[in-house]
Formats: sequence, C-alpha cells, structure tokens
Amino acid sequence: MNYEPDEKGYFGQYGGRFVPETLVAPLDELTTAYFTHRDDAAFRDEFSDLLTNYVGRPSPLYFAKRLTKTLGGARIYLKREDLNHTGAHKINNCIGQILLARRMGKTRIIAETGAGQHGVATATVCALFGLECVVYMGTEDMRRQAVNVFRMRLLGAEVRGVDSGSCTLKDAINEALRDWVTNVDSTYYLLGSALGPHPYPLMVRDFQSVIGREAREQILAAEGRLPDLLVACVGGGSNSIGLFYEFLNDDVRMIGVEAGGRGPTLGEHAARFMAGGRVGVLQGTKSYLLQDDAGQIAATHSVSAGLDYASIGPEHAHLHDIGRIEYLSASDDAALAAFKTLSETEGIIPALESSHAVAAAIDLAPKMSSDAVMIVNLSGRGDKDIDSVIAAESPDSGRTANI
Amino acid sequence: MSRIENALQKQRAFVPFVTAGDPDARTSLAVLLKLAELGADVIELGVPFSDPMADGPVIQRSSDRAISGGMTLAGVLGLAAEFRRQCDVPLVLFSYFNPILNYGLDRFAADASASGIDGVLLTDVIDAEAAAAARIFGGSGIDLISLIAPTTSDERLELICRNARGFVYAVSRAGVTGARIDVSSAAEALVARARRFTRLPIAVGFGISTREQVEEVWRFADAAVVGSAIVSVIEGSLTSADTVVAVDGFVRSLLPQFAKTGAEN
Repeated sequence: MNYEPDEKGYFGQYGGRFVPETLVAPLDELTTAYFTHRDDAAFRDEFSDLLTNYVGRPSPLYFAKRLTKTLGGARIYLKREDLNHTGAHKINNCIGQILLARRMGKTRIIAETGAGQHGVATATVCALFGLECVVYMGTEDMRRQAVNVFRMRLLGAEVRGVDSGSCTLKDAINEALRDWVTNVDSTYYLLGSALGPHPYPLMVRDFQSVIGREAREQILAAEGRLPDLLVACVGGGSNSIGLFYEFLNDDVRMIGVEAGGRGPTLGEHAARFMAGGRVGVLQGTKSYLLQDDAGQIAATHSVSAGLDYASIGPEHAHLHDIGRIEYLSASDDAALAAFKTLSETEGIIPALESSHAVAAAIDLAPKMSSDAVMIVNLSGRGDKDIDSVIAAESPDSGRTANI
Repeated sequence: MSRIENALQKQRAFVPFVTAGDPDARTSLAVLLKLAELGADVIELGVPFSDPMADGPVIQRSSDRAISGGMTLAGVLGLAAEFRRQCDVPLVLFSYFNPILNYGLDRFAADASASGIDGVLLTDVIDAEAAAAARIFGGSGIDLISLIAPTTSDERLELICRNARGFVYAVSRAGVTGARIDVSSAAEALVARARRFTRLPIAVGFGISTREQVEEVWRFADAAVVGSAIVSVIEGSLTSADTVVAVDGFVRSLLPQFAKTGAEN
C-alpha cells in the first residue's frame, strides 16, 4: 500500500495547507528545495555522516531483560533514541532540516518547543553551523522544563517566552508562525513535529524514519523475524511515525499512545482520538483536534509538556481512520509509574513523553505470549523531567501514584 | 455587481475592522452602528478565535475578550442580524477556518446569508479549499473575499484575481496585523501588480493607523482597512472611557472629511 501524501500534502482527507497567503511562497520554496535535495547524493551523504558521527547513530535496540522478566509476557526491546546526542529523537529531524536551510541560503532559524527537546536540538544544530537561532516556548513549559531553557541559552539560542493562550506548545507554534510570516525572506522555520502545513508532516516523517529503518534491521538481527508489536507515544507524532513508517507494509501491529492526563473530560487530557476530538484545522493542517462546541481550540493537559498539544499529525489521523494504527491513552499516573518502573528495572530514566509508551507496554506485555516480540520507542531521556516528577509526587499535588 | 463591490466603487473608501463581541455583544453592536454612521463603506467583523496565528497581540487580546464574554460564531451571526435590521452597510466576516468548518460550511452559508452577511474572508484558506468554500458561499449570495500578499507570485495573483468576488484585500506587508509607523512601499507595488488582473476594487490593510496612512493608501488603492488601531482604542476605553465615544473620536481623527478647516496637519 502507498502511504505517501498527494501533491497537495493530503494523507487521505488530512493534512494540506491552511495558511495565510503570505506563507504560500515560502512553503512552495521549501517544498521545491526539499524535493530537490532529498534524493541528492551529496545531501544524503552529509545527513548520514552527521547522524553517524555527530548524533551517534545507529541508536541501540536494547533487549530489556529484567522488564520482560518482571512483566512475564512479550519480549520487550527498547529503541534507544534517548542515547542520541541531545537526548531525544528530535535531533534527527533537526539535522535534516538544518542542511536544507543551509542549501536554501537561510541565515536565521526559528523553532517552537514544548518539552524543550526540539528547542535544544535546534539550538544545537544552529551552534554546529553558526546560525542565528530563536526558540519560542510557552511560559508554562519554561517553568516545567527550566533545565532545557538553560541548555538552549547555553547553546547560544534566544528563548522567547510565549504567555498567550495556554502558554504551551500550541501557543509557541502560533508565535513561531507569526515570526515566520513577518521575516519570510531571511528565516527558516524549523518545525519539530510531523505537524503543520505541507511539506512539514512529510519532511519530518522522512527525516525521522531512520528510527524504523534501523529498528527493522536490528530486530531481524536479534530475533530473526519482524516484531509483533510497536509502541510509541504520540504528541504531534514524529517519534512514532519515525518508528512506524518503515513497518507500515508489514504484518506488524502498531499502537500510538496519547496523553490521557487526569481523565477523559475535555481540558484534562491531550488524547485527540478520545471524546472532544473532531476533525478541524489548526496551525496549517487538517486533522483531529480537541475543540469546544464553538470550534475554539480546547485547553489540554499532560504531565509531559511534549504531549500537551490539541492536534495530532495528519498522517496519524489518516492511519487511525483506515485502522492501520491503534491509539490508546496513558494517564499521568500511569506514565509516572512507568517512569519509576523503567528506572528501577533497567537503570534507564525515560522522558515523561516516552513513559507513556512504556506505560502501555507494561499494560500489554503480560497479556502477550513469551514468544511475542515488541519494540517500544524510548524517544527521549528523562533527566529533564526530574523537577516535574518531584512536583507530581509532592503531598499537595493530590496524586496517588507511589513514586 | 455585489453589494460589497458596489459600495467600494467610490474612491477613497473606508473599511474598519472590529472583533465581534469585544468587549461584549451590546457594545459591539453600538460600535458597528457608530462606524456606519461615520461613513464606513464596508465593515469587517472579526470572528474571535482562540489561536489567531495571522494576528498581532492587539487583535489576539480582543479575541480573548470576546471569547471570555461568550461570543461564538452563532453569536456573531446574531450580532450581524441585529446590525442588519438597523443598517444597510455591507458586512464582511473575517474568520479563521476552524469555527466555520466546525459550524458546517453549508449551514454557515445559509445562516450567514439570513443574517445579512455580504462577504466572508477566510484567513487561513487558499487554493482548492478556497474555491470549494467560494462555491458554497456563492450559492447563498455571499462573496468569498480573497487575500493577496507581497509574497504572492504573478501566477498566483492572476489565479486569485480571476476567482475574486467583492473586492481584493491586499496585505500591505509580510507580517501579522497591527499598527506600523509607515505604509510599506510593497503595498503600492502589490496593488499595481494586481490591477493587471482585476477590475475589482482593491483594499489595503495591515498596519494602517493614522490619517496620513489612510490618505497614502487612497493614493494608489480604492479602500483603506483600519483594524488594530480601532481595536486598540476599544481596549484603551475599557477601564475609563465610553467605548463608543472613544471610537467616534478616533475615527474622526482618521478621516479627512472630519478635519476642521485650518486645523494643523
């Protein structure tokens, strides 16, 4: 089956381009540049060289022996994106896009960030190439991810706090789009997830699909066969589509895990396929969207800043509708418990985002046979989340999880 | 010729923008009637949206005020209907796509027409999706107003102008809405390019806040759109002054026909 978008950037009925007229020309320019360079040998060589020698790829596919034994079911492998330079999968996409920005002659890079991982990765590649970097970040997220704010500034980026709306990722994207529309000539918008107007969802997926290509080879080497199940968390959806894409045409079950937050009431979670999620248009793309009865974007909540977003990448919306990928949600409490379990059983502290995928694995593995094989995408490391977890377990948080 | 196109046939047309329901529906209606009384040729009525990515902070804050006050798309249509019972000035709704998509395009077209809406401008809809909306709106006698920007290529300009209805809205510069010091030279160049492809009136907006800028726009375009500057006056009036009186004073300072003979400038 063909999983490519059409020339207008539609995956089924989702995606496309819903932007102010001013952005059409820069998006056309970007699309042309991307399609020109993506199959160009020099571009691919440079991308591949940086992934190997700067990012440290391939990332290991690690058999989580003690976790597997503890859960007593499927054999669990972790795709260790947390071991990448900068500590998350985000750097893969940033390397690809910064090479493109350079070929386009852009001198100023802007980005949005939620948890700060994409902001750090963007600041990193800008430092690597000596480019000006401005990162927009919601003030609520700056509070939750103070260490990453410091890292970005250390790397020479200017971090601009956004205190409109819910002061999170969505608002940071609005502000980045406003910057781009004002500075289209000089500026490259380095979008961090498989979101936004065409060609971003396609381009980000392509740059992240290295995760699945490696995982496929690695699992074949380790187990001599393809896995039964892939599990990844889904905010905008870049780490999950990066793992899943290479397996779409295989007989492999896939589960995306959304942020279930504090419960199913609209405003308390960021699970777009749960109640309150309907087809809509936000920030350049058509997809499932958490919105109220009047079509205003709903507030969202997740303990993890990186999953705290009202919409989802359009390719996920399509794969959901055709039934190729299943979507579950994991609550804040389940993610926090998984954060602790993985730390204790494997000596690996996962990002709170990735902890949602681990939580689903903890739930599913015991229900599977001991012959079954699953791969969990460990999209990032959890050092950045220590303060959030301390806050969540404090007596006045009202939380019952035993962390 | 549509009512909008007809209203902009005169030279030196004035098109004010306000956000519907800012700060509340009752005040908003009074402001609209005042703008009509002061000679607005067409009025742009903003549908408040939670995530106005093409707008600057002034209009973003006005959207937040309107939403906090309970304004919805249905409420905007009610406000428009009330205005229409008292006044003939053409109304153009200025909206992001999601509230209208959520309402349903067909249902929206029927209800908007019944409310006396003459045109709709969708901030974030282009190309095939715009053409589809234009067909649905056109079926109810509503013009889909098209935007052009300095970054728009000649090829796109020709296509957009060919399908345009009512008037063509030229964005004066790359950027979001909000008052600026000067009218960009990009605006004049854009209008000149667009004239090659359309005989519709051309309005220029984004950043116009003074009488000098209005007159500058009138030198090369048919209509001047003033948005954020009026919305700022509304915002400034909230704590101290009467909003309608404040808007009246500002618009009088903006339009040359109210200038007192012998006044400075």
